[in-house]
Amino acid sequence: MSFIKLPMATMPKRSRLGRPAAVVSATFLAPAIALLGIFLLYPLISSFRLSTLDWNGLGSTERFIGAQNWIHLSHDPAFFKAVRNNLILAVFSVLIQMPIALTLAVMLDKAGRGSRTLKILYFLPLLMSSVAIGVVFKNVYDPNFGPLNAALNALGLGNLAQDWLGDGRFALGATLAVICWQNIPFYMILFMAGLSSLSPELREAARLDGASPLRIFWHIELPHLQGTLRTGVLLAVMTGGGPDGASELMATYMYRTVFSSFQLGYGSTIASAMFLIVLVVASVTLTLTRRFETQI
Amino acid sequence: MKAIPNLHLEADTPFRAPRFSVSRAMVLTLGVGWLAVTTLPFLFVVVTSLKSQQDTYSGSAWSLPSALDLSNYEAVLNGGFWVYLRNSLFVVGLSTTLILLTASMAAYVFARMNSRINKSIFSIVVAGMIVPLHVTLVPVYLMTRTAGLYDTPFALIGPYVASSLPVSIFILTEFMRQIPRELEEAALLDGCGPFAIFWRIFVPLSGPGLATVAIYNAIALWNEFIFAYVLTSTPANRTLPLAVWDFQGQYASNIPATLAVVTLTSLPLIVAYAFGQERIIKGMMVGSVKG
Repeated sequence: MSFIKLPMATMPKRSRLGRPAAVVSATFLAPAIALLGIFLLYPLISSFRLSTLDWNGLGSTERFIGAQNWIHLSHDPAFFKAVRNNLILAVFSVLIQMPIALTLAVMLDKAGRGSRTLKILYFLPLLMSSVAIGVVFKNVYDPNFGPLNAALNALGLGNLAQDWLGDGRFALGATLAVICWQNIPFYMILFMAGLSSLSPELREAARLDGASPLRIFWHIELPHLQGTLRTGVLLAVMTGGGPDGASELMATYMYRTVFSSFQLGYGSTIASAMFLIVLVVASVTLTLTRRFETQI
Repeated sequence: MKAIPNLHLEADTPFRAPRFSVSRAMVLTLGVGWLAVTTLPFLFVVVTSLKSQQDTYSGSAWSLPSALDLSNYEAVLNGGFWVYLRNSLFVVGLSTTLILLTASMAAYVFARMNSRINKSIFSIVVAGMIVPLHVTLVPVYLMTRTAGLYDTPFALIGPYVASSLPVSIFILTEFMRQIPRELEEAALLDGCGPFAIFWRIFVPLSGPGLATVAIYNAIALWNEFIFAYVLTSTPANRTLPLAVWDFQGQYASNIPATLAVVTLTSLPLIVAYAFGQERIIKGMMVGSVKG
């Protein structure tokens, strides 16, 4: 036992790899495992433990209340509304982003070299932070001074102008549009990468046989992309549309519960439930899309 | 007889004159349409940030500034912008360095030492990719308070490195598996130990993989908001995404000033992008292995 604990510094400077592989493994893995244990695994477990407490987060006033927070959560309309809206965002993200991204990818793929500049410019939104995008679109949607309503007015479509974020009928759609704006280029480039591995001879042969571009897309390009599409759908569903949309609404509710209402125990219950939901949604999506799996 | 093959050849050369076709028109329409959708918000932000406050209330959102007003930029640059920038550079620089070091060490083990226990550890580490980060927020906040790191830039390093490790280890392991074994066998014969082999063979040969991992993580962390928001509270210790948040509170109704902050905080990444678009695009697409 004791030789495993030997500090590495006392090891001979030049040694063979033949030395106990377990010692080498442990030494090289230690920093990563320690960090993951402290900042990922422990908090995950701790979140479930905190979910059994009634605690405002200040001092040692916590009280063990068992499953009470979970029972409360099971009929909390605010939570279910957040979950529902999150699922809506995820489903519509896939339904809107995938076809547009796919169309753009196929078209840029055909345009060849000239598409490079477009690709570079399309990618810009992905460099922005979520908070900067939030501020930008809060101003874009502004009912009085925003450019969106100004553009609609200028085009003679003034009756379509809305209070986009203030009106409950449009808020979710307006949010969805922003998620799509940021993430469509990501999926577009993902699909372009998928298309670039398609052999040109195959397409050329189909073209010489008189296949229309639409048929080539339907019978050659789309089947070739099914593995990539699966990856895209999975990513979009798991993150609620995009990396920053990450279960955003549930997370916002959790955040407010903890840091504005000071219900740390209940907030942890929401967080733990979020984890379970993501786990279920991910495995369901994986199972449903299994038949599209392809070896690359 | 001679003219026919000639004609055929002409139609197939890449240098043919542009012909009108439905698909060509669609490419153009869609391409230009999406270009407008992408770039118009950016245009609006930059143009508005150069307006005076009065300008934004009197004119249309799409009108040009009546006079170039740089006072917003001046106010932001003198109002602590450099502190946010310095904190961002420090936090992202240190985190990325630690990610590269710890992830490549772990990847070396997973790529070469295939014991049963290492394989199970690898599966657990990779499974860490699906943990939504928000779930760890409250416990990490409590730990940070206990450790006395609350409201320091150091508070962000641990969560940032740990949350980036699963995907980084996964990518680097795939990369290191492709390094030929002959090289390390030769080094072994020369008397190199595992540390020397790691440092002199695996690290240098993983250059492109390390660069990709660095770019991907640096951009994600540069834009990270929620941990930075929860774990720090004073502007002196906050990173750039928080600058947008703090200034927004400060300039609640001053649209041009708010958008000047957005422009300035987004600028560093856009400048970096201008120098290496292809690399950055490739680096950011690495996230798709998460599927």
